[in-house]
Amino acid sequence: MEYLSSPEENQGTPGKILCCQCGTLIDPNPANMCVPCIRTQVDITADIPKQGTLAACKGCERYFQPPGQWVKCALESRELLGLCLKRLKGLNKVRLVDAGFIWTEPHSKRIKVKLTVQAEVMGGAVLQQVFTVEYTIVSQMCDGCHRAEAKDYWKTLVQVRQKADHKKTLYYLEQLILKYKAHKNTNGVKPHHDGLDFYYGNEQNARKMVEFLTQMLPCRYQHSKKLISHDTHNNTYNYKFTYSVELVPICKDSVICLPKSFAHQLGGIGQICVVHRVTNFVHIIDPNTAQVAEINATQFWRYPFGTLCSCKNLTEFVVMEVETISNRTKFKGQGSISAKHTSADVYVVKSNAMGENPVHCRSHLGHLLSPGDTVLGFDMGNTNVNDPNFEKMKPESIPDIILVKKVYPDQKQKRRWKLKHFLPKHDTESVNRDYEDFLQDLEEDPAYREAVNIYKNVNVNVESTTTDDEGDAPKISLQEMLDDLAISEAEAEVDAAEWEDMDDE
Amino acid sequence: MAVRVQFENNNEVGVFSKLTNSYCLVAMGGSENFYSVFESELSETIPVVHTSIAGCRIIGRMTVGNRHGLLVPNTTTDQELQHIRNSLPDSVKIQRVEEKLSALGNVITCNDYVALVHPDLDRETEEILQDTLKVEVFRQSVATNVLVGSYCLFSNQGGIVHPKTPSQEQDELSSLLQVPLVAGSVNRGSELVGAGAVVNDWSMFCGMDTTATELSVLESIFRLNAGGIATGSSASSIQGENMRNVLIESMT
Repeated sequence: MEYLSSPEENQGTPGKILCCQCGTLIDPNPANMCVPCIRTQVDITADIPKQGTLAACKGCERYFQPPGQWVKCALESRELLGLCLKRLKGLNKVRLVDAGFIWTEPHSKRIKVKLTVQAEVMGGAVLQQVFTVEYTIVSQMCDGCHRAEAKDYWKTLVQVRQKADHKKTLYYLEQLILKYKAHKNTNGVKPHHDGLDFYYGNEQNARKMVEFLTQMLPCRYQHSKKLISHDTHNNTYNYKFTYSVELVPICKDSVICLPKSFAHQLGGIGQICVVHRVTNFVHIIDPNTAQVAEINATQFWRYPFGTLCSCKNLTEFVVMEVETISNRTKFKGQGSISAKHTSADVYVVKSNAMGENPVHCRSHLGHLLSPGDTVLGFDMGNTNVNDPNFEKMKPESIPDIILVKKVYPDQKQKRRWKLKHFLPKHDTESVNRDYEDFLQDLEEDPAYREAVNIYKNVNVNVESTTTDDEGDAPKISLQEMLDDLAISEAEAEVDAAEWEDMDDE
Repeated sequence: MAVRVQFENNNEVGVFSKLTNSYCLVAMGGSENFYSVFESELSETIPVVHTSIAGCRIIGRMTVGNRHGLLVPNTTTDQELQHIRNSLPDSVKIQRVEEKLSALGNVITCNDYVALVHPDLDRETEEILQDTLKVEVFRQSVATNVLVGSYCLFSNQGGIVHPKTPSQEQDELSSLLQVPLVAGSVNRGSELVGAGAVVNDWSMFCGMDTTATELSVLESIFRLNAGGIATGSSASSIQGENMRNVLIESMT
C-alpha cells in the first residue's frame, strides 16, 4: 500500500486554518499563529540592546573600536555602521538582513541605526522585525590626544649634562649633532641648566643617541627607568626611561692639575697642564715642555681631577720677550711632544699693570708669540687655588704664570662664515661671550673644526673683509665652507623655523 | 462542552487519558486533579477508570478504543487487564493485540464506525480491530504523517486534523470518515491534535494552553456548543437531538 504521497501530489494548497490566538484565517505555519500574534508572543530583538554608547575622541574625531583601536570614520559611513554593529551584542542570535542610518542632527551626539533582523521562532517560523538602536556618543580622549594634552610625548629622555661653567663643549656638541644628523629621531630638545635634554618616542633611538654621545665626547652615562603604569593581567609594564649622560667637566683652555700618579702614567707629563682641545678625548698639553697627552672618559673618571682655572677667569698679559727653547732634554719613557707647538721662555707683564717687572714663564705657545702680543693666562702666583692635587705639589714646581692662548683683535665683524643651530638662542651677554669664544676656537684650531659644518655667510660683504689689516689672525679658508642650501626664500624660512637657525651676524 | 485540563503541568492530555462514548481511562498521576476533572464531568454517565498500561502513564497513546471495545498492547500486564475488565461495562470488549507498533493510540484513531490506521499496521491487528471495535478500517496518512493517532482526532460528530492538511486531503478523509473535518490546532498552535485533546460525542478535554479560538473551532466541529447534555433542549434543537441520540445509543 502506497502511503508516502509523491511530492507533486503533496503540493496541494494546505487548507486555511484559524490563527490560534485571534482567529483570523491564515495559512498554516509552524506556530499556527498569525504574524501579528507571534509578534505579541515573542520579541526576537529582546536580546539586542536598543541603546548603546560609542566612544569618540573630541580631539581627533576618531571612534573607539575595542579593544584598543581608534578609527576615523565619517558620519553615516560604512565604517561607522560596522563599528555600531560590532558594538551590538546579541546580533549573533538573529540574522541581520538590513542596516542603515536614520538621519540625526550631527551635533546631537546621537546616532540612530535602523536594523532589520530575522530569526526562527516557535519551531521554524521565520519572523522578521525592524527596530532602531540609538547610540550615544560619549567623548573619551584617545591615547594620542591624551598624551598631547598631558604633554607626554616621550618615552625616553637623554639628559646631557656638563658641570662646567663654560658652554663650549655643549656648543661643540650641537654642531656635532647637526653634522651627523643625530637629532633626526628626536621628538624634542630642551636646553637645560648646564646641559641639554633630548626626548625620544622609543628607547632604541635614545640608545642610539647615547652611543653617539659616548663616541663623540668623553662622557659616562647612567640608565634608569620609572614605572608609569602596569597591567597585572597581561604583565605589561609602561616605563619612562632616562639616560643621564655626564660629560667630562673640562673645557678647552682650562688649566688643570693632574694627580701625580696619573701624570706619571701619561708619559711623565707635568701635573699642571692646559686643555687645548676636547673632542672624544681630552687633549692636554704641558706648557712647560709642550708634551701632549690624551685622556679618555674612563681614565678621567678613574683619576678625576678638577679645573684650576676655567677659560673665563684668565688674565690678560702682554708679551715682553720670547726665547724659544730649541733642544730640550728628553727622558726615557717620555710621552710624545707636540710638533705644532714650540716651547719657549716668555716674559710677560699684566696688561693692567704695565711698567712692572716682566715675569718669566714657560709656554708652549712659542710659535705664536712675539713681543707686544696680548696673551691670556693664569696668574697662579697670585691666586688661591683649592684643588687636592694642587695642594700636594711641591711649591718649587709650581709656575707663576701659565699662558693659555693668544688673543687676536676682535674679528666678529669680519667673520665670513656661520653655523647652524637647533637650540633657541639666548641673547644674554654672557652667553654671547661664550659663543664668541667658541667661534674663535673654531677659527684657531683646524682639527677642532673638522667635526663642524661651516657655512658661507652671504650677508657679509666680501670686499670689506679683504682689507688686509687682520695680520696673522687665524681664519677659515673658503674651501672649508659649505654653501647653505636654500632653494627658495619661503622654504628656507620654513626649514629654519622647524629646526635650525642660522646666525645672522 | 470542552474542558481545559492539565496533567501534572503537561498540556498533552490525550497522552494521559482515553475517552470514548462508553468509558474513560485516566492515567494515575501524582495528584488527583486530572482525574477529578474527568470524574466531575463524566461520572454521571460513564465510568472513569484509573489505570496504567504496562506500568506506563501514557495510556492514551498505548490504547485505542470506542464504545464497542478497547485494544491494549501486548505489554499490558494481566493485573491491569483484569482491573480494566472489572471496571468497564460488560458491553465493552477488551482485547490484547500483539502488534509491532505497540503505541496503538499513535497508529490508530477511530470513532464508533470507522478507524484510520498506520499503513504499516499488521493485517492481524486490522482484523482484530474490525472485530473488536466494529469499525471499518482505512489505512491512511494525515498531511504525510503516518501517525494518524497523533495528528487527527475525531468523534462521531466531526474531526480535526493536522493544520497543514491540504483541503483536498481533508475532503478525502471526510468522505472516508463520513464526518465533517477541519484543519486546526490545539494547545496554542500545537499540531499534535490527537495528543493534545480527547473527545467523545458530548464532551471534550483539551490542554490548558488551548486558546479561545481553538476551543471555539473544536466545539463547533465536535458539536459541543449545543449547551451540554443537561440542557438538551437548547436553541439548536437538531444538535440537541443528535446529542440525545448518541447518549441513548451509548446507554443501551
